[in-house]
Amino acid sequence: MERRSFLKWAGLGALGTAAAPLATAIQKSAPHVQPAAGELKAKRWAMVIDTRKCLKERGCTKCIEACDQGHNVPYLFPGRRLPLLSNPKHEVKWDWKEPFDHVFPELSGPFLEPAKKEEPTLVMCNHCDDPPCVRVCPTQATFKRADGIVMQDLHRCIGCRYCMVACPFGSRSFNWEDPRQYFAPWTPGEPEANPDFPTRTKGVVEKCTFCAERLDVGEMPLCVEACAKVFAPLGTSPAMTFGDRDDPKSPVAQILRTANVVRRKPELGTSPNVFYIL
Amino acid sequence: MYDTGKILGGLAIFVVLITAPAWYALATGHRGAPPKLELPAGADGKHCIESSSFMRAEHMQLLDDWRDSAVRGLDRDYLAADGETYRINLSDTRQSGACFRCHSHPAQFCDKCHAYLGVEPYCWDCHQRPGEK
Amino acid sequence: MLESALRGSRRYWTLITGLLVLIAIGAIAYAGQFIHGLGLTGMSRDVVWGLYVSQLTFLVGVAASAVMVVLPYYLHHFKAFGKMTILGEFLAITAVVMCILFVTVDLGQPMRFMNIFLHPTPHSMLFWDTVVLFGYLTLNVIISRATLRAERAGMPPPKWVKPLIYLSVPWAVSIHTVTAFLYCGLAGRTFWESAILAPRFLASAFAAGPALLILLALVVRRTTKFDPGLQAIDKLAEIVAYAMAINAFFILLEVFTTMYSHVPEDIAHYTYAYLGLHGHTMLVPWSWASVTLAVVALVLLIVPRFRRNHKLLVFGCIAVYGSLWIDKGLAMVLTGFVPSPLDDVTQYYPTGRELLIALGIYALGALVLTVLYKIAISVREELQA
Repeated sequence: MERRSFLKWAGLGALGTAAAPLATAIQKSAPHVQPAAGELKAKRWAMVIDTRKCLKERGCTKCIEACDQGHNVPYLFPGRRLPLLSNPKHEVKWDWKEPFDHVFPELSGPFLEPAKKEEPTLVMCNHCDDPPCVRVCPTQATFKRADGIVMQDLHRCIGCRYCMVACPFGSRSFNWEDPRQYFAPWTPGEPEANPDFPTRTKGVVEKCTFCAERLDVGEMPLCVEACAKVFAPLGTSPAMTFGDRDDPKSPVAQILRTANVVRRKPELGTSPNVFYIL
Repeated sequence: MYDTGKILGGLAIFVVLITAPAWYALATGHRGAPPKLELPAGADGKHCIESSSFMRAEHMQLLDDWRDSAVRGLDRDYLAADGETYRINLSDTRQSGACFRCHSHPAQFCDKCHAYLGVEPYCWDCHQRPGEK
Repeated sequence: MLESALRGSRRYWTLITGLLVLIAIGAIAYAGQFIHGLGLTGMSRDVVWGLYVSQLTFLVGVAASAVMVVLPYYLHHFKAFGKMTILGEFLAITAVVMCILFVTVDLGQPMRFMNIFLHPTPHSMLFWDTVVLFGYLTLNVIISRATLRAERAGMPPPKWVKPLIYLSVPWAVSIHTVTAFLYCGLAGRTFWESAILAPRFLASAFAAGPALLILLALVVRRTTKFDPGLQAIDKLAEIVAYAMAINAFFILLEVFTTMYSHVPEDIAHYTYAYLGLHGHTMLVPWSWASVTLAVVALVLLIVPRFRRNHKLLVFGCIAVYGSLWIDKGLAMVLTGFVPSPLDDVTQYYPTGRELLIALGIYALGALVLTVLYKIAISVREELQA
């Protein structure tokens, strides 16, 4: 063997012995956590709500019920407003319906007939591209995930409610009281809590999370699933469409390309990711 | 120094008061028996997710890291040293590999040690425990 | 120096005891809120902040106003404020302590207060507000302690304290500016969305703070052998007059901009505050009381004959304080929430418990102030003797 090549090989060998413990060290420090198999991925989650279809099923609140039951949101079960509810001003809302002229005041001109103004319109957290709530939170308890979901870390929230002040859509709710007092097993005779989702504790702010906990294990949001169930027997596509805004093949992206959609308060520049077809 | 007696006397009383629980335990032998944990039964309840010594010492840190990776990151699976995967979830009893799939009786497991040590984690303020109504 | 707070007349101890009782009542009221949650207050989903945060906003101004005695004395060597500066600095310390308490009682999870420092967030104005408040407290404690000790020893204040004093001047401006930034940087909350909010806050602070300081100085002058100086009081009265006039000017600027531009959603807030919206008139009497008091105050302070008459000056200062307390310690915060982002009108009435907790914090502030003033006055009385 030539001296030169011997040196080369010897050097590589030495490098190898040095690298072996390094490799184990890397392996040890490698992340022990990983995304769940089958998670739903997106660059930017978005929702389209077709209010024309939604209104055809007048009185339908399946999406709200599914959300409230699934997430242990107190008070909002339609028709079972709890007698215990001490103060309606303390209501917790994730998704709910508001009169059209409160949601889109700029589109409710003076000549719009009253019935149209009062049309119940579904609202929820808009998961803005540039969320003011995230900007103001002093502890990063509310933050934006890589996939665009504006998320809440309720373990970290100090309950200052600055995010509620900053949100221009009124999408956030504070737990003025312990929400558990409104659920079985804590209150006999009241709706059962869903054991598979945490309740909240008093003193933290919460809101719609686009069902991040479900997306991460491969399930669609509860409201979207519920809406699909309503529309399946009718043979039409549901009022709610959910998907990756930035994936040109996704149904959401296709609607956004072709339909005239509006967003709430676009002039504020928060860039909501909940779109409406009116 | 003024009031030497008063100061030293006061200090002595303070020391006695603050160490009182230890004296009480020594005097009465009331140190309490170490808790006997009821280990989770079932098919996948044969071993701890990491070595039991590691879990005994570090489970709180591990849970804290998990909470961050699940809530703040998008990582909802934990890869244990032995290669097994566990679902990071302190709520859902349906998902395989989630905490409560094995630890279905936190009262017999978590609480026993916590009560013995006088620790009150606030997990249960929000997270519901399986089978408890 | 602290030991002089432990020696006092019967009247002193009666005052201390009375304040301790009020603090205890406040603490008991707070214990209930701590256990059951903020649902025991009058706040709601729509009116998210109430009495507590309003008091924070107002008291930050009182704290910042110490600069109105510190700046003339240390930067312009205005000797007449020599005896007044310590009173101003101690008032600042007291006000900041109360601010921190008001923030704390407003938190839903007060045990997690330290999360603000464990997870520092430079893009949050609330993070910065906490930082500047704690910084200002530290600065004032160090400065007042060093200067008072030097004074007792009959020496000029140590050299190292000068840079800190100079630093405290812009720092005082910063605490109120950042407090205004809490509000004026929020898109969609049009009532607060005004670049003039910070200067307006400062103007009202430089009126309300010195007005309180005049009242305190007059009380000290009457009840103790220590005289902060009539010239100092007269000078402060001038400062209050200017600041109050500028504050009124700023408010009128806001009113003009809103009313002349005629944007309905901007006008709605003013309508709620001054006329009532959809029959909800809770704030209306308060707003007009503030306006009336402001007019009375301006007349009493601007006319030199009235201002130099110390009996009228007392009324003038009370009117300033009352007017600005309503304006900033109540209306400024509440009006911003009505109507809500979803165009609803929800009214806010503080509950009895909320009032008791606020009263307890004010009593604690009064206690801190009493003790601090007792120390300052004892040092002065020693020197005069």
